[in-house]
Amino acid sequence: MVDVNPSSRVSIQAQDFNVSAEIAALRANDHRVGAVCCFVGTVRDRNGAATKGPVIQSMELEHYPGMTEKAIEAMIDEALRRFDIFAARVIHRVGLLQTTDQIVLVAVTSAHRGESFQACEFLMDYLKTQAPFWKKEQTASGSQWVDARVSDDVALARWGIAASNVG
Amino acid sequence: MKVTVKYFASIREALGTPDETLESSAPTLGALRDELIARGSRYAEVLARGRAVRVALNQSLSAESAVLVDGCEVAFFPPVTGG
Repeated sequence: MVDVNPSSRVSIQAQDFNVSAEIAALRANDHRVGAVCCFVGTVRDRNGAATKGPVIQSMELEHYPGMTEKAIEAMIDEALRRFDIFAARVIHRVGLLQTTDQIVLVAVTSAHRGESFQACEFLMDYLKTQAPFWKKEQTASGSQWVDARVSDDVALARWGIAASNVG
Repeated sequence: MKVTVKYFASIREALGTPDETLESSAPTLGALRDELIARGSRYAEVLARGRAVRVALNQSLSAESAVLVDGCEVAFFPPVTGG
């Protein structure tokens, strides 16, 4: 039930994205669609607890060109197998981002809300631990690579996928 | 055989290079990692056993038992932190 050209399912880009335009394109006047679930990740000013840690000024996102697209395409294929959804779209930005900037979009369409909610969360959990992106934070005291979180591996395990990222 | 090796994020920074092409007789990903560790210095440090290093073969996450073939692309990188 993949109604979107596979070449337009995944975008890795430096530029920002327009959520409304992406949702409109994903729905594409498909009369079967009764639900659109959309997650947008943004650059926060702190890592971890909201009031702890140094203030983040900006963030540099690195990725593995080629593998990133391939990995996310495979995740979408898996989501289409697992859930009764019509289409999915993933956009992930790379390069230098500022706090409050949008980083990632996951959007999913289905007939009813349950499948879209589930597939959206599944795709994010998968992406967080299996797509080759790396964040480097810039703070007043310098820059540092962000550590992977065990909680993200735990989130993926809920879907029956034991694929440790943290090691 | 000829192998292209790519490094990303903290590993790329520590080694000071994003990629290299090398001649290797390592049969597996794990054996190639050992060859690189044997260079000593920063390679031994960042690829050391016990450190969280993820390995991809031809752009797919792979176990160290994966078999290398001529012309393959291998990548070493730290745990991912996108999203």
